[in-house]
Amino acid sequence: MLKQRHLLGIEPLTKEEIVAILDVADGYVDQNRRIDKHANVLSGLTQINMFFENSTRTQASFELAGKRLGADVMNMAMQASSITKGETLIDTALTLNAMNPDLLVVRHNASGAVNLLADKVKCAVINAGDGRHEHPTQALLDALTIRRAKKRLHRLTVAICGDIAHSRVARSNMLLLGRMENRVRLIGPRTLMPAGIDQLGAEVFEDMEEGLKDADVVMMLRLQKERMDGGFIPSEREYYHRFGLDRHKLKHAKDDAIIMHPGPMNRGVEIDGLLADDINRSVIQEQVEMGVAIRMAVLQLLAQNRTRNAGAA
Amino acid sequence: MTVLNNARIIDPDALTITQGALRIENGKIAEISDKDIKTKGEAIDCAGKFLSPGIVDLGVKVSEPGERQKESFATAGAAAAAGGVTTIITRPDTIPAIDAPETLEFIHRRAREDAPIHIHPIAALTKGREGREMVEIGFLMDAGAIAFSDADRPIHNPKLFQRVINYAAAMGALVIAHTQDPDLSDGAAATSGAYATKLGLPSVSPVAERLQMERDLSLIEGAGIRYHYDQVSTRAGIDVLRAAKARGIPVTSGVSIHHLTLNEFDIGDYRTFFKVKPPLRSEEDRLAVVQAVADGEIDIICSMHTPQDEESKRLPFELAASGAVGLETLLPAALQLYHADHVPLPVLIRAMTLNPARILGLEAGRIEIGAPADLIVFDADSPFIMDRATLRSKSANTPYDMRRMQGKVLRTIVSGETKYVRDV
Repeated sequence: MLKQRHLLGIEPLTKEEIVAILDVADGYVDQNRRIDKHANVLSGLTQINMFFENSTRTQASFELAGKRLGADVMNMAMQASSITKGETLIDTALTLNAMNPDLLVVRHNASGAVNLLADKVKCAVINAGDGRHEHPTQALLDALTIRRAKKRLHRLTVAICGDIAHSRVARSNMLLLGRMENRVRLIGPRTLMPAGIDQLGAEVFEDMEEGLKDADVVMMLRLQKERMDGGFIPSEREYYHRFGLDRHKLKHAKDDAIIMHPGPMNRGVEIDGLLADDINRSVIQEQVEMGVAIRMAVLQLLAQNRTRNAGAA
Repeated sequence: MTVLNNARIIDPDALTITQGALRIENGKIAEISDKDIKTKGEAIDCAGKFLSPGIVDLGVKVSEPGERQKESFATAGAAAAAGGVTTIITRPDTIPAIDAPETLEFIHRRAREDAPIHIHPIAALTKGREGREMVEIGFLMDAGAIAFSDADRPIHNPKLFQRVINYAAAMGALVIAHTQDPDLSDGAAATSGAYATKLGLPSVSPVAERLQMERDLSLIEGAGIRYHYDQVSTRAGIDVLRAAKARGIPVTSGVSIHHLTLNEFDIGDYRTFFKVKPPLRSEEDRLAVVQAVADGEIDIICSMHTPQDEESKRLPFELAASGAVGLETLLPAALQLYHADHVPLPVLIRAMTLNPARILGLEAGRIEIGAPADLIVFDADSPFIMDRATLRSKSANTPYDMRRMQGKVLRTIVSGETKYVRDV
């Protein structure tokens, strides 16, 4: 069902492929709510999670997804290992390749690093976030969350708010939501808005209330601690005042607008803590749940390609 | 005694192309004729191909001392000869930097031993290129430094910069300046805009170029310094050149062949051979600098030859080293501008021969009696597909790999002696 051997980004995916991934994932949502969560579609396959950048939730989500599908899953904390010994990314990739993994899940802090690595290995590579470039499974899980909450994934107005400049989540979401024919708005201070982003199919707002007007979905982004030191924004409290999501600002969105956040949250910086916990508005916990289902779907579809190709050869 | 018959001679001073012949004696041009010259010595039939002065390439990195695994005088010299480059002006950004008469002497010795072409070194402007103490400009000039530059690390402190400029001006030295504000461009791997944003690369606004050029202009005004901007790559940079002219400040400028023939989209899917410094620009800026070369607003075209080995380039884009080799591809790449009718051939050749020679105070780059017989014969049309495996440079980091190109150097003559002939 997927044309590519890897999932490196949303960019190469067609509308049909996106829908296909979401449909498969929907099935896994039900399965994950049962007592027996196992399916053996990845039985005998090896999945390696290679995280060059710290991650708790994404890595756990991929690990769980692989295990529930019956794969042998190995986690490698790359910060602690070869990189510090001076090994290059490509050598690391070749070393792992020689161990014949089937699925390689990679996160790296440099944009394009996962593409580079994917060229050098025989297995399927899944981008779990590269620099400021893409984080495709996050955009897919967000899409699934929206589709389940709104019963559709088109003609919605989605406002993405916060540090757009340093966010791969924003880029992948923009691409996916744009491809599915939604209206994407980006809200944030000018210092956190990347150059030329308006040419990539989004509307840019510097006034949050204006940007939230009639939005169906409000997606908040995490503001990294290192951006708060006065170089990008003057202070945490001024940021919260202007761009933090609270009940007052949310009134400008539609009455049934949902609130999303890729986590981990800074309560009181980008979002009001009580609002984040409001089960009538916030779907933040659902996002985490959808994350496992999406990753299971992606692993399964890429593995299918792999077995099909192996059969053909 | 050698004669070169049946050539189409490009005169970069008169900007003419005429059918004729040249006689070489004692390493100099001894006779220019519109008919074939008879001789008892060596007669070379140019078969109606172009004959022009050899290229003077300003700003070549040879990587000796310090990184000989990337390039040496022997390999750079061979690459230059094959590329029609008869004089290379080497950069001081080696390890260690060329900042003392002793290290400069090392360059001279290595160049004499290993390279078939002329080599003139640029010395650093401050010790270690650290922007703190000026080098011994006088001693270095005596030792043969043709110009002074801190390469891609311009002097940050305006007070020191002004003093160094005044000292250098009094000595009659030529100073070559990098055209990017170092703070603004810190960490940048691409030019800011929609494409860099899409790739998620750290980027720098093209304003960094104008900012540095304007700062320099303010500080050199009235100093009477010979000042050359190494690479002007944006429309905004060209505006500064015009402002300099309007204010009567005599500056000269260059542009690399990569900024004339490639743009930001060539980075494609994070192709690190396209990572150069300054980063590749928008197509609008590329066209603006091409026009400025055609109009003579930008004086010279250079290769900015920067060898990088595979290890420095096989990395994620933002972590990969900057720079591209260019000695062997400078001429065919430049000829694209001629074939596209963007720059007339004599103007193009002037930008690679006479203009750099004049700026540097060299006698090369001219078709006139008594000028050095540094000459090339080339076919401007002959098509080929660039294969980086064929490069003579030790490093093969060319952005033109697998590109269709036109133009081949057939013969390179240095001081009257043939140093390269293309096998037919």
